Amino acid sequence: MNTVFALATVVVKELYRRKDFYVLFILTALVTVLMGSVSFFHDAKIARYLKEICLLLVWVSALVIAIGASARQIPSERENRTIFPLLAKPVTRWQVVLGKFTGCWLACGLALLMFYVFFGVISGSRTGHWPLAQYLQVLWLHWVMLGVVVAMVLCGSVIFAAPSSNATICFIVVTGILLLGRHLNQVALREPEPLSSVLYAIYFLIPHLEWYDVRDFVIFDHALIGWGSCALATLYAAAYTGLLLFAAWLVFRRKPLNL
Amino acid sequence: MQTIIETKNLRVEYKPQASREPRKVAVKDLNLKVCAGEVFGFLGPNGAGKTTTMNVLLGFVHATAGAAYLFDVDVREPISRQRIGYLPELTYYYKFLTAEELLRFYAKIFKVPRDQVDRRIDQLMKLVELDHARKRPIKTYSKGMQQRVGLAQALINNPDLLILDEPTSGLDPLGRMKVREIIQRLKNEGKTVFFSSHELGEVETVCDRVAIISQGELKVAGRVSDLMKQYQANLEMIFLKIIGYQPALAMEAA
Repeated sequence: MNTVFALATVVVKELYRRKDFYVLFILTALVTVLMGSVSFFHDAKIARYLKEICLLLVWVSALVIAIGASARQIPSERENRTIFPLLAKPVTRWQVVLGKFTGCWLACGLALLMFYVFFGVISGSRTGHWPLAQYLQVLWLHWVMLGVVVAMVLCGSVIFAAPSSNATICFIVVTGILLLGRHLNQVALREPEPLSSVLYAIYFLIPHLEWYDVRDFVIFDHALIGWGSCALATLYAAAYTGLLLFAAWLVFRRKPLNL
Repeated sequence: MQTIIETKNLRVEYKPQASREPRKVAVKDLNLKVCAGEVFGFLGPNGAGKTTTMNVLLGFVHATAGAAYLFDVDVREPISRQRIGYLPELTYYYKFLTAEELLRFYAKIFKVPRDQVDRRIDQLMKLVELDHARKRPIKTYSKGMQQRVGLAQALINNPDLLILDEPTSGLDPLGRMKVREIIQRLKNEGKTVFFSSHELGEVETVCDRVAIISQGELKVAGRVSDLMKQYQANLEMIFLKIIGYQPALAMEAA
């Protein structure tokens, strides 16, 4: 684990020395503060809309950070040939995959924490309500979901040649799952065979990332999600993350190091 | 004497670009032995198979046939690389890190005890004369400075074997002299150094033994002094003769 954490530290350092995160954070903050400063039609529910907009921006920004950071990790190691001095040490390719995953996931966690603290402050200052346990649940589920996304992108990065094509494909797949994932089984019911079976297969194969989108719980001040359900959701995401990382390693272990 | 590097009938073949072409044989049944405390020069023209052999030793490429061992451990086992230092031909490091951070990162990978890390980094920074720039990102370094960072990272674990791929390529005469001094120093400390170079004068100065390969085949291996006695020539002449260079043909071609 020592090697994995050493690799993860480098990934986190790379992220905070790049400008992507700061740009996204400032953009989110700016849009939210601007929206918050305007009183539309003197609507008393403005705080709810503000929460909705802020959380949507947080979700989009988090996806951009997770996909962008993960997509370039292994390809840039190969392109800049930093993989050579690294693998000349007692480091296995599995540790490289795991280290990159841990680094990206931790970096996403740090970014999320900053975003949610900002969201909490904005929301709390407007409503005077501080549901910390709820924020913690939303943050945790969001972070766990990003773990699956990071693993998926890492897997893509050893399959697709260019990081940009991998990032685009992963972004489309993740957005597709988030928007359509929950409806696939209903669509399958209405379709004739064999399309119905294909859609069902896809429905049962894809990681259901939309289950982790619990923004409405915060926006509409719902009661806390059961901690048991949270634990099950964490296990489900961990299983998919593990599978995707294993697939990434299977491809990477025989991959020539030169691009 | 303990064998540090050993290859047994090592063969490496690459898949051809087009399916009709035959497989390219980069290394043909190479048998090599390097003993503890030796400075061993691995020579050959471009495309001879030197880097491929090094890549097998470092675990980057898998051998098609035969075997390779470091410290009697199969090179496919990552632990075989615990006691080695590797300096690539060009500098390939994380440019957003400072030299100190890079060394700390590699020290962590080698599990260098925490109480020794700072002392070791201080020593290496002084050795490669980068103490003044240790807090600066590597991207701000000149080529020579980057090569010296490379040397420092290769020594972070106090290795028993150093594998250097053309360590002086691209360095100015002063830089070359420093690298040569460091190799000499390591030799005096009893370390084993395995390096490839096109600077034959340099090889003649620092190496105990050399091996010359051409087109993937080992042509000759032996002590530098013995080879010079046998061929009655300096290493450069021996090298040219062994790889089949004919001055008359070259003149005609020109």
